[in-house]
Amino acid sequence: MTTDTDVPALVEMRGITIAFPGVLALDGVDFFLRPGEVHSLMGENGAGKSTLIKALTGVYTIDSGTISIAGERRSFESTADAQQAGISTVYQEVNLCTNLSVGENVMLGHEPSGTFGIDWKGVHEAARGHLTSLGLDLDTRSSLQSHSIAIQQLVAIARAMVLDAKVLILDEPTSSLDRGEVEQLFAVIRDLKDKGVAILFVSHFLDQVYEISDRITVLRNGALVGEHLVEDLPRDALVTEMIGRELSDLAALSSVADREIDRSGDPVLRARGLGRKGVLDPADIDAFEGEVVGIAGLLGSGRTELVRLLYGADRADSGTIEIDGQAAKIHSPRQAMAHRMALSSENRRAEGVVADLTVAENMILGLQAQRGWLKPVPKAERDQIVGEYMDALGVRPADPDVPIGNLSGGNQQKVLIARWLATQPELLILDEPTRGIDVGAKADIQRKVAELSAKGLSVIFISSELEEVLRIAQRVVVMRDRRRVGELDSSAVDLDGLIDYIAHAEEGSVSR
Amino acid sequence: MTLLKHRLFWPAAALVTLLAVNMIANPSFARISLRDGQLYGALIDILRQSAPLMLVALGMTIVIATRGIDLSVGAIMAVSGAVALTIIDGAGDANSWGTVMLAIGIAVLVALVLGAWNGLLVSVLGIQPIIATLVLMLAGRGAALLITDGFITTVNSSPLSYIASGYLLILPFAFFVWLAAVVVVGLVERRTALGMLTEAVGINPEASRLAGVRSRGIIWTAYILSGVLAGIAGVIYAANIKAADANAAGYLIELYAILAVVLGGTSLMGGKFSIAGTVIGVLTVQALESTILFLGVPPAQSPVFFAVVVVIVVLVQSPRVHRWGRLLGSRFGSSGGDGKMPPVATPEKQKEVVR
Repeated sequence: MTTDTDVPALVEMRGITIAFPGVLALDGVDFFLRPGEVHSLMGENGAGKSTLIKALTGVYTIDSGTISIAGERRSFESTADAQQAGISTVYQEVNLCTNLSVGENVMLGHEPSGTFGIDWKGVHEAARGHLTSLGLDLDTRSSLQSHSIAIQQLVAIARAMVLDAKVLILDEPTSSLDRGEVEQLFAVIRDLKDKGVAILFVSHFLDQVYEISDRITVLRNGALVGEHLVEDLPRDALVTEMIGRELSDLAALSSVADREIDRSGDPVLRARGLGRKGVLDPADIDAFEGEVVGIAGLLGSGRTELVRLLYGADRADSGTIEIDGQAAKIHSPRQAMAHRMALSSENRRAEGVVADLTVAENMILGLQAQRGWLKPVPKAERDQIVGEYMDALGVRPADPDVPIGNLSGGNQQKVLIARWLATQPELLILDEPTRGIDVGAKADIQRKVAELSAKGLSVIFISSELEEVLRIAQRVVVMRDRRRVGELDSSAVDLDGLIDYIAHAEEGSVSR
Repeated sequence: MTLLKHRLFWPAAALVTLLAVNMIANPSFARISLRDGQLYGALIDILRQSAPLMLVALGMTIVIATRGIDLSVGAIMAVSGAVALTIIDGAGDANSWGTVMLAIGIAVLVALVLGAWNGLLVSVLGIQPIIATLVLMLAGRGAALLITDGFITTVNSSPLSYIASGYLLILPFAFFVWLAAVVVVGLVERRTALGMLTEAVGINPEASRLAGVRSRGIIWTAYILSGVLAGIAGVIYAANIKAADANAAGYLIELYAILAVVLGGTSLMGGKFSIAGTVIGVLTVQALESTILFLGVPPAQSPVFFAVVVVIVVLVQSPRVHRWGRLLGSRFGSSGGDGKMPPVATPEKQKEVVR
């Protein structure tokens, strides 16, 4: 009975409070993790999950509250302190040395030594032992970067075992894994659980949470909502606890995709044969007024490359672009903006947020850049724009003067969408706007897209979640292996049909 | 508490402490006397002598905000001083204001061109700022020597003397020069959108590019500004010593300017910058120079003394040291209360949470 409440907790966090300038990230949160359980931490973006994990791993120091490991009071000043206490973390982005070998990564800092320094043979033998105990058969001398992210994550877990971790934290470990890889990861997790390791699991995938967890703790707005055994918490109850309201929003959107689009006139955007050698085979795409055009395809299929060429973020070396029927030259983002285009990049951190600037400054950055430095956006106009979008998109915390870096991913995304809407585009390109963000923020963003397109905005919408594409796009362009393979009417195809098309469609079989 | 958290609190505290130490060591440090309607004293001297470093550090602040660095400022000072004094020397009447103003104008124009050259290398050709400006740092002094034919050009000119040591109302003229520069740059950066766009480019160049910011122009502007301000600084320096000394003018000033910018709380990583912070940083460096003279530190020991004080000032401002300080405080200050924790989890208590 590993999930018995009476088992003394291995990790006890009580009254954890952490404040950032302008944000109370955690407000007196209690969290208990018992040996031999998988405990999921759930909550929307900005609920405080990451902050709680960072408190436990020594990244942040807590402002008040206590942390005890195995009944002993601890205060972590650094991640090394936390590792000393037996806490290991495997992050979404693997933090290993990808240029070293598998064996070196597993044993890093714990290499057995021989007569002449490190005993490399011993290193690889020991590493193989740890990997085998996780059911992994790998060449330990191969370089880590030659393996998939899934394997790299399992190697990270093996490394945690070398550190003799009693507590293993898995922060979004499955976000880039396919189904088979997830199964492999889960087998390892169950094995560790049987060995008495306490596992803290964070994921946005509800199916996986229900499949693997014994217990669920829900956070909302930095506060504890509740701790439940997984069998006591039906899904709708979980979602309601997470977002604090009933979730009927997504269903209401289903009608959007069926909306009739008038395609008789000139399209807002018409691109013909747009391509770049080695990046994208020449591709066509149109977007009409009030239309949402989805782009579907796997990661690396050329989706992002296509929109970057459209927007002038990369130079195209073939093809033509027409805006409202007029030929247009777009060689830079500035020129694209002059043609009333906007692109929200898939890479929020590297190409979106300007971390040290405030939410308000981030929101008006695009508009300000358009006007030039000599014409600062007047304070009244700025307050009005910021107020309007904070409200319309539900940005939390609702304080425009905190640095955007203090916001959660979902809220940063809303601010970036606001940045582009403030430039009043006629064509809005959204590349993975809902990746890695929670249900509530996702619904907010989808609703906003539907609402704006109904008012005449053209939208190009890229998402790895095909349900989402089918729900809000009227037409779906399908990409594979860096070329456009076809185009589908989303009312004429269901999810399985779309998946089948992505996997099998041959060029030329374009159905319009 | 809010005062403690203000970003300029620690820089200002360091400056105030430094001045206080001086006043305690020698009360005459604080004495300011009024003679013939003009103020004199050690503190007034600091305001006057700050001018070259203040101008250079001001430009350096903006360049650093773009993730850059300008190592050529000292060399630009040498060139501008050489240009100005060579023109005045060659003109008929060194005491004519018209001649001097023309000479200064041409010198600053030359400095602007040099700044533009730096900006071209960095923003258009994409050369690393430290290398791009190193070129001029090395070549600039050579050019200055060429202009003065390898000599130290000395000039006696009453307008130059006024710039160096004259008074406007009751305060030194040189003080008003740097004050005007600080006010103008502050207004341009913060009343237009230039400051915000500069910070955006410094923090995340790619995001700024995709948002349509003309980062090339913004970076270029920063180096031009730095060049112009170094040019004015070069004229003031030359006026101070009544000579154009290509080797000594602005020697190592780039490093003192970087020091002042960092003391003022602007990160070398680029991004957010503080002009008020730089003003405090420059006054701190200048006050330290005065301290060395005032306390009579022997010349042989003064570099070590300077370095030790700088290390202390930097440590006092370090967030990590603050945290250690708080830890020590909580360990010794409230050991009684802190040790007693609420009783460790009882099963009943946990059940409440589980519901």
